[in-house]
Amino acid sequence: MRLVVDLNKCQGYAQCAFLAPDVFAMHGEESLIYNPRAEEEQRERLARAVAACPVQAITADGLDRVGEVREAPDGR
Amino acid sequence: MPHASMMRQITDFANRANPYPVYEELRRTPVLHEEEDGPYLISSYYDIKALLHDPRISSDAANLAAAGDDALDQTEETGGLPPSFLRLDPPEHDRLRRIANGAFGPPHRPRRIESMRGQMRDIVTELIDGFGDARQIDLVDQFAYPFPVTVICRLLGVPREDEPKFRTWVDPLVASLDPDTGRGADDTDHRKTAREARMQLGMYLAELVEERAREPRDDMLSDLVNSRGPDGAMTMMEVLSTSVLLLIAGHETTVNLITNGMLTLLRHPEYLRRLREDPGLSVNIVEELLRYEPPVQLVPQRTCIGDIEVRGVTIPKGSRIWLVLAAGNRDPERFEDPERFDPDRGDIQHLGFGSGIHSCFGAPLARLETQIALSELARRLESPRLVEDPPPYRQNAVLRGPRHLGIAFEGLR
Amino acid sequence: MAADYVEWLRREGRIVIVGASLAGLRAAETLRAEGFAGELTLIGDEPYEPYDRPPLSKSVLLGMASPHHTELPHRWEIDAKWRLGVAATGLDPTAKRVRLADGDEVEYDRLLIATGVRARPWPKPEEARLDGVCLLRTCEDAADLYRRLKAGPRRVFVIGAGFAGSEVASACREMNLPVTVAERAGAPLVGALGGVIGAVAADLQTENGVDLRTHVTVTALEGDPAGRVRAVHLSDESVVEADVVVVSLGSLRNTEWLQGSGLGAGPRGVACDAGCRAFDFRGIVTDDVFVAGDVARSPHALFGYQFLSLEHWGNAVAQAETAAHNMICHGAERRPHLWMPAFWSSMFGVNIKSVGVPPMGEQLMVTQGSLAERRFAAVYGYQDRIVAAVTFDNTRWLEFYQRQIEIGAPFPVEYPTMDRRPEGRQPVDARFPDPSLPTHGPMVTLSGYSPADQQLVFHPARH
Repeated sequence: MRLVVDLNKCQGYAQCAFLAPDVFAMHGEESLIYNPRAEEEQRERLARAVAACPVQAITADGLDRVGEVREAPDGR
Repeated sequence: MPHASMMRQITDFANRANPYPVYEELRRTPVLHEEEDGPYLISSYYDIKALLHDPRISSDAANLAAAGDDALDQTEETGGLPPSFLRLDPPEHDRLRRIANGAFGPPHRPRRIESMRGQMRDIVTELIDGFGDARQIDLVDQFAYPFPVTVICRLLGVPREDEPKFRTWVDPLVASLDPDTGRGADDTDHRKTAREARMQLGMYLAELVEERAREPRDDMLSDLVNSRGPDGAMTMMEVLSTSVLLLIAGHETTVNLITNGMLTLLRHPEYLRRLREDPGLSVNIVEELLRYEPPVQLVPQRTCIGDIEVRGVTIPKGSRIWLVLAAGNRDPERFEDPERFDPDRGDIQHLGFGSGIHSCFGAPLARLETQIALSELARRLESPRLVEDPPPYRQNAVLRGPRHLGIAFEGLR
Repeated sequence: MAADYVEWLRREGRIVIVGASLAGLRAAETLRAEGFAGELTLIGDEPYEPYDRPPLSKSVLLGMASPHHTELPHRWEIDAKWRLGVAATGLDPTAKRVRLADGDEVEYDRLLIATGVRARPWPKPEEARLDGVCLLRTCEDAADLYRRLKAGPRRVFVIGAGFAGSEVASACREMNLPVTVAERAGAPLVGALGGVIGAVAADLQTENGVDLRTHVTVTALEGDPAGRVRAVHLSDESVVEADVVVVSLGSLRNTEWLQGSGLGAGPRGVACDAGCRAFDFRGIVTDDVFVAGDVARSPHALFGYQFLSLEHWGNAVAQAETAAHNMICHGAERRPHLWMPAFWSSMFGVNIKSVGVPPMGEQLMVTQGSLAERRFAAVYGYQDRIVAAVTFDNTRWLEFYQRQIEIGAPFPVEYPTMDRRPEGRQPVDARFPDPSLPTHGPMVTLSGYSPADQQLVFHPARH
């Protein structure tokens, strides 16, 4: 499965690294590194990671959250 | 005022079963200041989120005390132990949380939580098997409480059989986290009890910690007391206040998340059915629960260290601020159809675990525990139904959840 | 008439996207997501489906990912004709045709230019050809570099201490390889973050065992008789023996293929309006040619409407989405590209993030934490307002500062902030190098007000 993390959004909460440690890892306290090609057997863990990301920064094949995040009306 | 203040309505036990109409009314005044020395109540999603990331908002217990704290617990700084990182600001907060994290998760212990999945499932299986031939259970006492307690005991390295002992200290401590504005005269007694309890719990843990210092094992207490990373070691007192925090936070909130979860699923049986067929749905169910019925309803312990402006209202320096997470989670400005429980909504960026530097330390643990608990309950209970709705609630307005949850069912699968 | 055209375009028009990387892919997805039902063609010079580049200098070099497997997930079925492995070589906007390297021509009704940038090569071709002299931009570059690092060279030499060069140095130290970094400025990251923050990055490198040489340039790369690089000669007359030399001198915008097209394209990119429509060289906006990603330079409202070139991942995504939206909607529904510049980097286990345009800042204030501890948040001020912020391992505060930039909050920061140290009470000079002096590739370039800029201002790699 292909995946990408929007590291502008990422704030290092590390939920993905806890829940799918074979795909995501923390390098230091705050930087995330990850394997953009996860093994199929990681699908369940990857799904947990995608859902748990507090800033919804992870996009993966077939695991997207539907719908768009609504922006604040004043643009925040 | 013609009716009780919003603050009083939030803490009023009569609203515990369903506080959401109160929150809806609260959101009409997104920055609400009702009493001269009282807190500012923040209830809209975007404001809460912004303030959780605002470097002018302090969590330091000392600032809170200076703000004329009359409603909140002060046990952390008077119980003989220093404040835990939950009640500190950077840089102290960051240092202690980094060390604690070194014992808990990535980068130093990346698999500690994930590798407990099997154990968690075993504990859940054992508890459900333990229902035996009964056709009715109290989910809280028979499942939602013992499960996370067992997990946090193993994780920390606290003997499970000591639970009755530490429970007598945990209960008054948790009660003291409740901003019960109507407490009045017996407040001093409450505090004294809580202080005493915290000290006792600290002393109990001190024994274990000293043991681990001599003979480390594969548990968090050992890692905490023996950590010698770039941040140096924690002092013994810091180890104790951190351990007290982890032990309490490690189960008190999860009890409510699991119980609120089962209650919500029983009220929305179509999701219970779907979860039975597809355990993977538990992932989104848990996220939606954290939005819909967050186990921590509000964060009542912040103060601002300078004047800040929120929606045109100036909150003067030194004011106390309540961030009402549960109100923000149902803010229609942020979520479509917010009063509907809908695990299929694509966008569940909830405030259930807070956000910013104080975001829930144990979030991944709580997530896994609740995912496993709910999917196993859904799979194994035959035709479950609520015995009474609403169930009886705990007094606590902050850590909100049912005291008991009677569930009747036809049998076990 | 115009409305009819858009309806027709959406139904059966032909859209060609030149550039099959992040911006090209995201634009294609957005077109389909917004209902474009016509013919879609993606042209890319690399023979690979769109892949992500940031992992190449991080996960890949750290051994966590394969250089050939950083393909981007697809968020939407795009049903496109792919022309991969063939570069676009020319554009005839009158005939609405893109010429390809294989002699083919592709006709379009609307065109998106997303050709991005390439690594600036070592300026002396015979030296650049030496075995062991590497660039890092493509997946093939990454595969080659990773293989060479794994082989255990005696020493790696990195020319240029921007973000990419510093990330390579970090990966080398992670692999326990001796590494020398040469930087013509006084410290790493100076072009992007200024000298004050650069000094922090310098300490970070030296403490992690990097042999950092500042205020020097590389004068020559020396090869052995077999044509392998063996030493690097520096302007201070020193010579450093190395088996691998990584040339990290910023990037060049891929606009050469637009020469003679009449577009306002040059070494600094392709100028476009806030709606991503390309300007021609006269400064007149075109109707059917759009631009997005690293190759674009567009005016930004937050920064005095100066043209801004951003080599930022997030900008590529946002601008591609805006360009795609604007390509297939009526004039009144068009959106401006108003993205807040933001980037990240990670080196030696430290997470560096920034919002706004730091090089615009004249002064700097460390509002939280401490430079010495390498955990801090700092803001940049220009003309009494906050224009940028940077954090080292403090990313969770950054959104606060982003909002401060958006509202034009005053600088210096007078209000109290948590963990403010004595060093953060007064603003200091941010110490950006004189903009008229060459540095290689700050990732944000303010390039004035002219949409028709075609001049090359300096040659950063001229030695």
